[in-house]
Amino acid sequence: MSSWINLSAIWKIVVFGLLAGAGLPALFAIGMTSLSRGSVRGTRGATATAGATGPGGEAAAGGGGRGIRQAAAGGGGRGIRQDDVLIGGSVIGMMIAAICFLIVLGAIGWGIYEIYQSGHPAK
Amino acid sequence: MPNDLILILVVITALCFDFTNGFHDTGNAMATSIATGALGPRVAVAVSAILNLAGAFLSLAVAATIASGLVHTSDVTLSVVAAGLVGGIIWNLLTWLFGIPSSSSHALIGGIIGATLAGAGLAGVEWQGLVSKVIIPAILSPFIAGLVSACGTWLLYRISRSMTTRARSHGFRIGQIGSACMVSLAHGTNDAQKTMGIITLALITNHTLPTGSNAPDWVIVSCALAISVGTYLGGWRVIRTLGKGLVEIDSPQGMAAESASAAVILLSASFGYTLSTTHVATGSIIGTGLGKKGADVRWNVAGRMATAWVFTLPCAAIVGAAAEGLTRVIGGTAGVIVALVILAAIALYIYLRSRATKVDHENVNSEWTGSVAPGTGAAMAAGTSEPTTG
Repeated sequence: MSSWINLSAIWKIVVFGLLAGAGLPALFAIGMTSLSRGSVRGTRGATATAGATGPGGEAAAGGGGRGIRQAAAGGGGRGIRQDDVLIGGSVIGMMIAAICFLIVLGAIGWGIYEIYQSGHPAK
Repeated sequence: MPNDLILILVVITALCFDFTNGFHDTGNAMATSIATGALGPRVAVAVSAILNLAGAFLSLAVAATIASGLVHTSDVTLSVVAAGLVGGIIWNLLTWLFGIPSSSSHALIGGIIGATLAGAGLAGVEWQGLVSKVIIPAILSPFIAGLVSACGTWLLYRISRSMTTRARSHGFRIGQIGSACMVSLAHGTNDAQKTMGIITLALITNHTLPTGSNAPDWVIVSCALAISVGTYLGGWRVIRTLGKGLVEIDSPQGMAAESASAAVILLSASFGYTLSTTHVATGSIIGTGLGKKGADVRWNVAGRMATAWVFTLPCAAIVGAAAEGLTRVIGGTAGVIVALVILAAIALYIYLRSRATKVDHENVNSEWTGSVAPGTGAAMAAGTSEPTTG
């Protein structure tokens, strides 16, 4: 059987493929989700995030804790749907995101380095 | 006995094959990014072309022995190589015409096997090598990639469930740019080397280079450029099938598919168990349909692809055998020239045929209506007697 199917290579491809091919995007998703979290979590009746209000701006009621919606103000409000933005403003969230993204980038860089090394064997 | 004229023709034909490999496989890297809007069509193919070029230089572990383990290399002559390339090119062009992603590597291998059969008979082929190194990996590729992709898709949606749809789509489109780049890079490291190996083999066969030589610099550069130019022209028909025909893809699915493809392609090469980039990419896309709740996979389209995959080796082999047979009947350099002239004529016909139902960067993302040609599914079926799909 082993002369027909390289089981050793196959299971390694599956295992490492799951780690890299599914794990790294998952890490990216964790980073992205963390990054999108607001500095003050939006809950039912909660107030707006720091620095985000202007005259006429208001917090949404309800919404299931997703974030804050700000109504467009006539003068100085941002008019941005807070829960649709990627950067929510949470410092901890941004730190987690940075770590996750750095790991992903590092893994990619290491992979490219390995490709180069194996493709340019020492003479 | 050296024959420099045939050698030159073989090199040119090999570069043409590399070119078809480029545009045939663009979709593997960029189809999902184009479908989700992460990258505009022309930007996507330009980026892919650049990265294929870079990838070709990144790994110079040339598969100078693409035929090794599959055919007895002592039976490989320049005319066998030429005939094999003819088989590979014609199958690539036919599947491109119908927008079917198929393995360029298998087309090339099929062509060479067919040519070897015509030249050396059954004894010229190493059948166990063919099964263990080509057929079994070809079957396993989409399943492995599909598993990784399905898991990745499920994870991405699960992790990002607290985000709004808009924010999630936006974020994963950014991620897709990176993952698509990695697939292009992986493709460049994987596929350009095959043609480098073929040309190097031809040079050794012609005694232009001693046995065991590495690929000369001009071979590396020309192959890298050929696959890059082919990639830039963009196989829009195949891109459309992969991006729109199999699964309606959102950006999380796109990123999951591309990440799975890149990881599996690179890991398989690293572990010495090369898998087809096309089979991997297609399996990844199907996996995203399985990993996302509520997503639909157009199994009839997938079935068409699988059928084409089954026929790739034998059909390319038949063409390769026919080309080698014709070469032997006519004999010498004239035989090779006649075979290549016929190849050019067939290629021209296929190209002109494709103009009737043109797919380009403007309509590549049009709604899927059952055929690769946007909005002309019935006309395409009537013209080719091909059963309507979808």
